[in-house]
Amino acid sequence: MKNKTLKVDYLARVEGEGALLVKIKDKTVTEVKFRIFEPPRFFEAFLRGRDYSEAPDITARICGICPVAYQMSSVHAMENAFGIKVDGQLRALRRLLYCGEWIESHVLHVYMLHAPDFLGYEDVIRMAKDHGDAVKRALKLKKVGNDIVNIVGGREIHPINVRVGGFYKLPTKQELQVLVERLQWAIDASIETVKLMGTLPFPDFEREYEYVALRHDHEYPFNEGRLVSNKGLDIAIQDYENNFVEEHVEHSNALHSVMKQRGAYFVGPLARYNLNFDRLTPIAQQAAREAGLGSTCNNPFKSIIVRSVETVYACEEALRIIQEYEKPDQPAVKIEQRPGVGYGCTEAPRGILYHRYRIGENGVILDAKIVPPTSQNQKTIEEDLRQFVPPRIDLSQEQLTWQCEQAIRNYDPCISCATHFLKLDIQRE
Amino acid sequence: MPQNKKPKLAVWKFSSCDGCQLTLLDCEDELLAVAERVEIANFPEASRAVVKGPYDLSLVEGSITTPHDAERIHQVRRSSKFLVSIGACATAGGIQALRNFKNVKEFTSIVYANPQYIETLNKSTPIADHVFVDFELRGCPINKYQLVEVISAFLHGRKPNTPSYSVCVECKRRGTVCGLVAVGPPCLGPVTQAGCNALCPSYHRGCFGCYGPKETPNTASLTAHWSELGMKEIELLRLFRGFNANAEAFRKESEAHEK
Ligand code: SF4
Repeated sequence: MKNKTLKVDYLARVEGEGALLVKIKDKTVTEVKFRIFEPPRFFEAFLRGRDYSEAPDITARICGICPVAYQMSSVHAMENAFGIKVDGQLRALRRLLYCGEWIESHVLHVYMLHAPDFLGYEDVIRMAKDHGDAVKRALKLKKVGNDIVNIVGGREIHPINVRVGGFYKLPTKQELQVLVERLQWAIDASIETVKLMGTLPFPDFEREYEYVALRHDHEYPFNEGRLVSNKGLDIAIQDYENNFVEEHVEHSNALHSVMKQRGAYFVGPLARYNLNFDRLTPIAQQAAREAGLGSTCNNPFKSIIVRSVETVYACEEALRIIQEYEKPDQPAVKIEQRPGVGYGCTEAPRGILYHRYRIGENGVILDAKIVPPTSQNQKTIEEDLRQFVPPRIDLSQEQLTWQCEQAIRNYDPCISCATHFLKLDIQRE
Repeated sequence: MPQNKKPKLAVWKFSSCDGCQLTLLDCEDELLAVAERVEIANFPEASRAVVKGPYDLSLVEGSITTPHDAERIHQVRRSSKFLVSIGACATAGGIQALRNFKNVKEFTSIVYANPQYIETLNKSTPIADHVFVDFELRGCPINKYQLVEVISAFLHGRKPNTPSYSVCVECKRRGTVCGLVAVGPPCLGPVTQAGCNALCPSYHRGCFGCYGPKETPNTASLTAHWSELGMKEIELLRLFRGFNANAEAFRKESEAHEK
């Protein structure tokens, strides 16, 4: 075999539109392009001139899979600009909302988008024929996550209850109480999930990555913390742009984000896990160990186990928050808007999501910058493929193509997110 | 029933956030039942398998924003017996239609480093501007019960039963105190189509128009009243420049407040 080209024109089981091109010549990979052709939607451009209070609802529309992440990063950035801190039960409720999104998004990816690759099915519906119980458990577990978002946020996709300063309306203790029994079930179901995912056949593939995630004093990170890496990065959120830059490459409608002087890095569940294992609950840690994971893991295919471990954590954390919940008097803290710049970075299911806004007089947004997780992982994905393909070059075209797709899905790429922050030229019709 | 006798369902994506098609995967209680009744023949977000058309029912998410997509939607139409556009992007152009109000010069002033790599149209338009659409399902995002209703209606050859009255009707029905009275304006409920079960007012906030204009909305009298109450022109403008900014009634109203 001499020349070979692997092509996937429309990558399935990811959110958004992407394509893959791998060129092989005499057993070496000469070109890898993970191409994003999702049309740009200009969010940063039309946020200009909008009121600061509109950012959570507008930016949610960047991604239907992780709207809570966009809402959280935007409200934190605005509060940062105004010098406000949201604490106590309001802060806990935000965490609860995020737990819901993690559960729903992780379970969707683990069972419905990624597991079929490992087990050789085209999709979850076909997988359900042989693994009916597991799929039913997945749907039930996912629903617990969705219902948390529903109760706290008003609806699953694009919740309406989040505002700068807190919420519009607070749930009562009773309204949350209905989740208790289901969460107790969900903890067990997600432990089962970790076990099941631990038994999958994993390609032998490890690399040395620079992982980047939030790290908080004592919690597994959702909304707050410093940005750290396993190679010495330790910065406050507002220093993000001093350390990371975006490159625009020809083959993609998304920007590639790189670390200055150091290049590609890795965000998402695996990065969080490697940097925050000690912040997981004992039950989540134990589930991880029983599935054969250490306190660090460098095989991106095993992110499917790590996502399951994080689901255990999110279920436990949600239960804890609900049990300690006392409804506060006010649904939101008072806002006193002022001109300034605000930074926010939170842990979306797929990794860190950075927002920066410049606010002018009367609360108007002058300038916005949004860096979603997928654009940060894009370069790492391409580098993975460069190393992944050569030892497998003798596989059939169909097999190798599928395995490459699987390698991309390790990152749960959300392509809708990755393109929507672009500022672009408009071609005249 | 043999596999090939089931009606074929296809899901297509154009410029969008994926939220509307995700609604289908969020039907946790109905998903496996739906999959028994229809063959999910093309749904890239969920499956790498692609079954060739023609399709009995195509659900189309997203708006048209590139020359390539303006071509592709015709192929989708040709291969579909029924075509239903789902969500504000597909039925009105979505939030990305905010570009429609900027002049090209203003946009090119925010030029990207390598603009020559990108191809895009200067307007974001709904599916019905390009091809015949059998039914439009509103919402940003769509409501999952309405989605299940639409799918089963088409499979049974009947018209979907979705309301065209305003959010106000839903509010009254669920007994929510009118937001215009309780929280004060603005609330787009009187001019917005129902479908969300008057969600925002029940959370003590005004409706912001996810489902787009209802039939014959009187937006002008609403904004005239709010102006008297002290709302500024810029606030009125932003209110109608949301996810359905390009829907005709909302577009005209926002333009009336543009200086
Ligand atoms: S209508 Fe709203 S929810 Fe649906 S795809 Fe468009 S932005 Fe997403």
